[in-house]
Amino acid sequence: MSNVPWWASESFWRKTAIWVTAGMTLVLIALTFDTVKVITAGHSRVPAYEVINKRIYYRMNTKRKFQEPVIGEDAPLFGKMLSPEEAEAMVSHGKMTVQAKNCGSCHTLLGNGAYYAPDLTKAWLDPAWAGESVRETLMVQFLLDPTTNARGFGSTRRMPNLHLTEEEARAVVAFLKWTSAIDTTGFPRNFTPVAQEGDL
Amino acid sequence: MSTAKITGIAALDGGQRLAVKYFAVAIVLFGAQILFGLLAGFQYLSPDFLYGVVDFSVNRMVHINAMIVWMLFGFIGSIYWLIEDESGTEVVGLWLGNLAFWLFTIAVVIVVVVYLVIQTGPGQIESIWFINEGREYIEAPRWADVGIVVCLLIFFYNVAATFMKGRWSGIAGVLVLDLVAVAGMYLTGMFYSPNLSMDQFWWWWVIHLWVEATWEVLVGCIMAWGLIKTLGARRQIVTTWLYIEVALMLGSGILGLGHHYFWIGTPEYWLTVGGFFSALEPVPLVAMVVHAVYDSGVHRFKSPNHPALAWLIAHAFGNFFGAGVWGFMHTLPQVNIYTHGTQWSASHGHFAFFGAYATMNIAVFYIAAQRWRGNVNFGGGLVDNGWKWKWALGLLNGGVVGMTMALLVSGYDQVFIERALEGATWSGFFKAQQNVWYLQGMWWRQIFGYMTLAGFFLLVWDLMTIGVRETRPAVFPTEVAEHAA
Repeated sequence: MSNVPWWASESFWRKTAIWVTAGMTLVLIALTFDTVKVITAGHSRVPAYEVINKRIYYRMNTKRKFQEPVIGEDAPLFGKMLSPEEAEAMVSHGKMTVQAKNCGSCHTLLGNGAYYAPDLTKAWLDPAWAGESVRETLMVQFLLDPTTNARGFGSTRRMPNLHLTEEEARAVVAFLKWTSAIDTTGFPRNFTPVAQEGDL
Repeated sequence: MSTAKITGIAALDGGQRLAVKYFAVAIVLFGAQILFGLLAGFQYLSPDFLYGVVDFSVNRMVHINAMIVWMLFGFIGSIYWLIEDESGTEVVGLWLGNLAFWLFTIAVVIVVVVYLVIQTGPGQIESIWFINEGREYIEAPRWADVGIVVCLLIFFYNVAATFMKGRWSGIAGVLVLDLVAVAGMYLTGMFYSPNLSMDQFWWWWVIHLWVEATWEVLVGCIMAWGLIKTLGARRQIVTTWLYIEVALMLGSGILGLGHHYFWIGTPEYWLTVGGFFSALEPVPLVAMVVHAVYDSGVHRFKSPNHPALAWLIAHAFGNFFGAGVWGFMHTLPQVNIYTHGTQWSASHGHFAFFGAYATMNIAVFYIAAQRWRGNVNFGGGLVDNGWKWKWALGLLNGGVVGMTMALLVSGYDQVFIERALEGATWSGFFKAQQNVWYLQGMWWRQIFGYMTLAGFFLLVWDLMTIGVRETRPAVFPTEVAEHAA
């Protein structure tokens, strides 16, 4: 026992394990305080909920060298400007619906979820919705009857009818519009958005 | 000196009697995991299969939830299995442990029935409390979350109080501290936020800090005890290795959490922090391989329980390749920006969960089976030459590795077509899903899934029959013990 060098001894590694764990935990806690502040809605990287009243562009930032959401002029969702409280309630209802309908067991959001159906992070900006003027109407129609309005692009894979109410469908669209404005540090890479009026 | 061997429940101590209940449920859930995985896999090939009846979302949810819960049941059972031996005293609150077992099991049955029958609810908080929470891996409704935390706290009390009453060891110390973290981390997933970034930030505290930190430490403890039991490895060496693994595991894994914070709205310093520390995460897994192979070599693979030893070694390699290598392959942000959220993740997930955790649980099942059969020889020269456990080992490992490779082929194809060529749009997604190479990968995944199912049936058959006709007593290696005072 006495001829075990210090660096191979049980007590040395016990202390090392404790100090390393404690140190890393403290660093994580410090970074968590900063991150939670930054990802609070309305801060620099995560939009305020009333962003659903605005047009959302997706443009290349030559300094950062990737695309990022850019908030534009007024473009109220379903033609109605909402107060911050109303916007938050609508986005929250959409998020709650996404959870209650278990959307993440087929789709991904911010890349997390299941891989059976397309990622929803930039669904609001996806060219699948033909153009900006008809997008919100088509999205609601799709959510209310996804079997008939299937968007499989040649695949026979279809979304099941999850029996959303019209209010839930509109709220999901609001949630997806808000989600598309999150700064995802360029993910997904090279995303090609829907043609945007006034785009550069 | 002994005459008749004692078998069955009579051969077990109190903790072990509780452990076999956990093992029985774990095996049923393992079967459910494979079954619902096969149903979900088949829906990739034939999307109309069970469409509108039991949709992919339901099958996939049951598949991954059964996996999480059978891992937990296996871990809890494993700890109850070893605790009286390790602490040198009886479990202090066995009746509480039994109560928690039944609560947990009944809750699991109710949750699965609700998943299958009710499936989804309206977009209201009541759905999240009583139907499903809609967050990957922790879809269990909130009432069940509360139940899980209560059961984990009872489990923690039993483990800590038993060691306090009996004797402490290095393994015991690491285990008790780790269980504080296992229970604590789960709490971070139990709230609702409309903010998706905030939601996912804390959700990863549960998923990552369970799976890539606290669970790894937990299986490290079980591995340490298992090597002492199956090989007679020296406690001091095993304990020192455990501390090294904890230092490396938590030294890399805690901030390795950052590799989930690349693209969810979190600040860009996570690219550096997450990339660097997650790149170090394979290091402790290399240490575990070295440790297992070293100990096995030193003892010339002499063990009275060959299937348990084989699964322990499968764990060491499965953990390294599945969690370590497959994780490393797409952990750097430069790669992950293309691969995140594709079949690459599925490939990694299958190999890692099986390699790191399923293998360890199965090793303990064999340790338990040996005692159940009256400590007969599970080493060389089994009555039937041990063909069932060998084939089960081969089919299960071959099946999972096969699925991993097949999903990786599909993943590569998806990344090239959907992400690199098509600009990550919905049409790009479906173009990739219909590509012939992607579909070939999915077919092969299904075939290897059937192989895994065959291995599962053989495993169950073997666990029910191994050693029944064996009469030679096992000659256990004598541990060069120096229990901490």
